[in-house]
Amino acid sequence: MIKIRNEKYLKNSMVLLRLFIGWHFLYEGVIKLYNPDWTSFGYLASAQGPFRPFFLWLTNDSLIGIADLGNIAALTFVGLSLVLGIFEKWGALVGACLLALYYLAHPSFPWVTQLNVEGSYWFINKNLIELIACVVIYQIPTSAFFGVQRILGKNEVQTETN
Amino acid sequence: MGAIWWAGAANTVAKKRERSIILEQLNIQPSLPSAVPAISGAPIRVGIIGFGIRGEQLCRALGYATDEWKEDMRLAAEENPKHSALKDFMGQDKHNIKLTGVCDIFDYRANKALKSFNRDDNKMERFRTHQEMIRSGKVDAVVIATPDHWHAPMAIDALENNIHVYVEKPMTHTVEETYRLREAARNSKAVIQIGHQHRQTLSFQTAKEIIQKGTIGHISLIQTNTNRNDDNGAWMYDIHPDASPQTIDWDMFLGSAPKVPFNKKHFFRWRKWWAYGSGLSGDLLSHDYDRLNCVLNMGIPDSVMTSGGVYTHRDGRDVPDVLQVNMEYPNFSTGGSQKAGKEKGMTFVYSATLGNGFSRPTVLMGHDGTMELGNRLTIWPDGRSTRYAEMVETEKMKPGVPIYQYNPGASVPDAVASATSQYFADKGLMWTYINGARVDSTFLHMREWLSSTRNGGKLSCGIDEGFEEAISSHMAGLSYKLGRRIEWDKEQEILKPIEGVDFDEALLAPM
Repeated sequence: MIKIRNEKYLKNSMVLLRLFIGWHFLYEGVIKLYNPDWTSFGYLASAQGPFRPFFLWLTNDSLIGIADLGNIAALTFVGLSLVLGIFEKWGALVGACLLALYYLAHPSFPWVTQLNVEGSYWFINKNLIELIACVVIYQIPTSAFFGVQRILGKNEVQTETN
Repeated sequence: MGAIWWAGAANTVAKKRERSIILEQLNIQPSLPSAVPAISGAPIRVGIIGFGIRGEQLCRALGYATDEWKEDMRLAAEENPKHSALKDFMGQDKHNIKLTGVCDIFDYRANKALKSFNRDDNKMERFRTHQEMIRSGKVDAVVIATPDHWHAPMAIDALENNIHVYVEKPMTHTVEETYRLREAARNSKAVIQIGHQHRQTLSFQTAKEIIQKGTIGHISLIQTNTNRNDDNGAWMYDIHPDASPQTIDWDMFLGSAPKVPFNKKHFFRWRKWWAYGSGLSGDLLSHDYDRLNCVLNMGIPDSVMTSGGVYTHRDGRDVPDVLQVNMEYPNFSTGGSQKAGKEKGMTFVYSATLGNGFSRPTVLMGHDGTMELGNRLTIWPDGRSTRYAEMVETEKMKPGVPIYQYNPGASVPDAVASATSQYFADKGLMWTYINGARVDSTFLHMREWLSSTRNGGKLSCGIDEGFEEAISSHMAGLSYKLGRRIEWDKEQEILKPIEGVDFDEALLAPM
């Protein structure tokens, strides 16, 4: 299928990618966890594009608390799983879903007003790129090579990348 | 992993600590609305005089919306789910009142009120004149939302007959009336409230406490503005197709104004002429002046200088559409952090154009900080502040970063229908927020007035506040018209006379 020049280098690169993305998620989660005033309200209330009504609906009084808590829990879970290297497939999957939500709330479509956005984008933005990176992590798990999974699951059949 | 966790937690906690140090130092508690005793017993019978644009708004604050308006708002909400005018209205608490009378000299408007409000549970009657309504024995209180030249005559007549009054701003149309109305209010058993509803806005009450604490130090300059760039904002209101000498009592409209033949433009767009309205100085400066007077209690200025002209709407109007007013308060002080005697005096600037909509905020400029005042309230420290010198030096405070922000509506997304309503909303003139719910400030203002008619109690904008607002506005208008400095004699409570000038004649004269 694809020719891999050096499998060891690829593995190392994949571990780095996993750790960095995990790092990013974990830090975002912890920052919010320790700041009782943090809320996703602003991001949701200023949502643009075709899914605006859905995100606005999330801002109502009964849901915003759940949305905030869910976001913090998901960010932290993704961060922990990718950094520690345990349940990383789930981590990558949840991470991709979160990023899809972030992207859809403020999609980089040229006809949509860009609010709460840094940088200049045309359809593709950093959220979308990180999302694809999560998909790649899902495809090429590395926890059996570097991570808690390695310690726990020595007896399991290791996933091979080929 | 531990490192990431530690870094995130430590950074957040450190920021929180920094903020609480500043907040502790400022010691600011947002104000809560004052409780108003309920109206017990029989409902208060209210009559509305003038059922135009503002009259309809005031009736909604009383709990009475026309069927047409409800339908319009329902459609608006269908189009934009965030348009919550109808929802807000339905959620508004009910006053213990009946709207029993309407007086409008345009048949269409009087009939519109009757059609929606004259029902089995609310008998409403049309009166041809305000005199008839006041003496009918069928109303306990009147709401006056007429052109400015009718405010005082109607309010005085009502007060002399012990009928309670809610009158729109400006309270009067001439200087002389201002004294007569004050006299009538002092001698009456009835109460009068002036329609400066923003006195109910929580951010203003909070601002008052912040300034009293010396948070921004000695204020030397206040900047207030009007920035509008649409025809509605320039008082080019629609002319109704039913309007004719047969459907409008023209002589009644004119009242004390110069006798001119029937003129639809004068009737619907009366704010454009000195004969009926008061231009920017009475119409919009009065709001900005009172907004600040309620925060600072600075009273009538020692002197006023105004300039301006008709530069953006040369359509036959004689009131200016660009206006700059400087009010001097050489003896006023909000206290200071520097050595005693160094700071005293303040200028209040009102700068207006009806030809540009760039939103210039209301700014209070003190030696220790700057406050931006609207529905939100923000305070920045000054880089050269004496009070915060140490905190600025140790970078606990930064001049570009607000040290306090109060946004009572932070969790409520708003939809504001038009440019003009956005203008009022930004200034905190339309609504305030209580526990996150949007509340029409006019509703609160009305509720306070209604409660006071039965239970007594101090009004937020009674005759003394109204007197200061009216005199200050008239001084600004007079200075514009005469091209001279107008001075106030505090001891004698009169405008310092200028030889050969009759102030009221000058104020009413066309330009």
